[in-house]
Amino acid sequence: MSEQKGMFGASGTGDTSGYGGLERSTYSPNSASRPYGSYFDDVADELEKAFPEFSDAIEKVVVDRGELTLHIKRDRLFDVAKTLRDTETLRFEVCLGVSGVHYPADKERELHAVYELLSMTHNRRLRLEVSVSESDPHLPSLVEVWAGTNWHEREAYDMFGIVFDGHPALTRILMPDDWQGHPQRKDYPLGGVPVEYIGATVPAPDNRRSYR
Amino acid sequence: MSSFASSRETTEGTIYSVTGQDWDQVASEIGSAKEERVVVNMGPQHPSTHGVLRLMLELEGETITEMRCGIGYLHTGIEKNTEFRTWTQGVTFVTRMDYLSPLFNETAYCLGVEKLLGITNDVPERASVIRVMMMEFNRISSHMVALGTGALELGAITPMFFAFREREKVLDVFEKVSGLRMNMAYIRPGGVAQDLPEGTVAHVRDLVKDLRKNFKDNADLLIGNSIWIKRTKDVGYLDLAGCITLGVTGPVLRSTGMPWDLRKTQPYCGYENYDFDVITADTCDVYGRFLIRMQELEQSLRIIEQCCDKLDQLDGAPVMVADKKIAWPAQLALGGDGLGNSLDHIRQIMGTSMESLIHHFKIVTEGFRVPAGQVYTAVESPRGELGAHLVSDGGTRPYRVHFRTPSFSNLQSTSAMCEGSLIADVVAAVASIDPVMGDVDR
Repeated sequence: MSEQKGMFGASGTGDTSGYGGLERSTYSPNSASRPYGSYFDDVADELEKAFPEFSDAIEKVVVDRGELTLHIKRDRLFDVAKTLRDTETLRFEVCLGVSGVHYPADKERELHAVYELLSMTHNRRLRLEVSVSESDPHLPSLVEVWAGTNWHEREAYDMFGIVFDGHPALTRILMPDDWQGHPQRKDYPLGGVPVEYIGATVPAPDNRRSYR
Repeated sequence: MSSFASSRETTEGTIYSVTGQDWDQVASEIGSAKEERVVVNMGPQHPSTHGVLRLMLELEGETITEMRCGIGYLHTGIEKNTEFRTWTQGVTFVTRMDYLSPLFNETAYCLGVEKLLGITNDVPERASVIRVMMMEFNRISSHMVALGTGALELGAITPMFFAFREREKVLDVFEKVSGLRMNMAYIRPGGVAQDLPEGTVAHVRDLVKDLRKNFKDNADLLIGNSIWIKRTKDVGYLDLAGCITLGVTGPVLRSTGMPWDLRKTQPYCGYENYDFDVITADTCDVYGRFLIRMQELEQSLRIIEQCCDKLDQLDGAPVMVADKKIAWPAQLALGGDGLGNSLDHIRQIMGTSMESLIHHFKIVTEGFRVPAGQVYTAVESPRGELGAHLVSDGGTRPYRVHFRTPSFSNLQSTSAMCEGSLIADVVAAVASIDPVMGDVDR
């Protein structure tokens, strides 16, 4: 996606550590190939059987650290979710919530919504990931599928500005109603004041020189 | 009505705002109004809302027709803050979310960091046993608050005294072990901050006996008590289908007869090696949830006893991963004035080994790098499934920390539990969910 240079937060000034030349690329996992291992092949097989347009709806399958993630196109999210809930062999009856992640470097896919699903029937977990752009941050709401996503979608809207179409009352939930901006985005400052000591001032956390 | 209430015209008609007056007069005048729709605001500063929870109730007489929660009064930006601190410093932030069960927050977070690092299997067994023991003590102290304040909110004062009396003894254990009674930051990525001080296991064994005897006081007071049963039986009803679709977990889910407990179904920290029962009830109501919490106390004591046996066998074993690039270098020791830096460690880094000093400085200020990726780790907190979704971009600081907190998900169900019931039952229903607002708002 992009590259980071240097080890400190500050760039172009005063970094005499010699670490300024180090480069690191940001995270973008590759699609896994069969067999996925564990119960993951089962889940993929059953979903393919129950959802014929599987290959069209799933962008990639990631298996990492013993967890299965399905990256899904947003216009198919609702149908995939419903299939995952209703198919007897899948039966992901609980959605544990929505977590937003902001990747400003991932152009046209800056905002990711991450759904953690749980099947109590089969004792399995599954993660769905959907990405949208900052300029068109619309996702279908899953409240109809799992009523419990109601507050979680409101939180993701509040914190990241992801708009869930079809949500019964998409309003801010943690921040005040008239708040400007979406605090969990990476371009939103943390805030804070410098702390003064005798002979020294410690800047606010987001202005400190820090290791990356 | 205009004599005591300010009014304004809206598209829905005239709205009168009443903020305390002679309520007999208010009620009699409301009764004579042609169209009545009474909205009562409860909280956010109400003693029976478990912290700063605001409830908006639409009433018809004393019956609730519609109910909404207003939350966010305790939002502190903990998730955002962790993005500006090292992975280890993150522990001190997440421990402050659910302030009644801080050790569960720490464990969920540390299990996540360990999974990202790929060192889950390298965490020493003694560290895992200590984590389990501390978590079970924390479950007891948390359930004690749930039972004590729950009873208090329904008008029973004595159970609160008994509950807090026992809770105090559990907090003494926390203080002895970690130096702090709450927000300990005791569980760290890779293990725990320091080993148990001498004599802890013996103290814990005595305490378990003591607690087991004293828990009977509250059980005798409440179980089968006809007033208590009248206030709680068939109140706050939520069945299995409701719990599942709303993502409700913990005692509320188990009160529907569903034996779902992550300690059994998806064990972590070695819970598969302990002998204990998952407590359920089949009443789906406040009384069932109360009974479950009561009986879970005994199960926690059973687990703690097994921890003591394991700790005796593992005496002297390490409590932190061997990898010095991850393990926290500072050693703490119990001095005359409580827990503080170990003088031996200070002597070593300041007096004898320059390399140790450099290493200490580097790992404390810079932290360790965590390979890029994302994980979700969940533990069974006293309130239900507490999950940590952690994303790393390969740096020394988290890229994103999100907590799926049981209080947040479970609190959603208050509307389903309360709509159609009486206003007095709201207090019982909310108390049975046992939400911690710090956990809800983060």
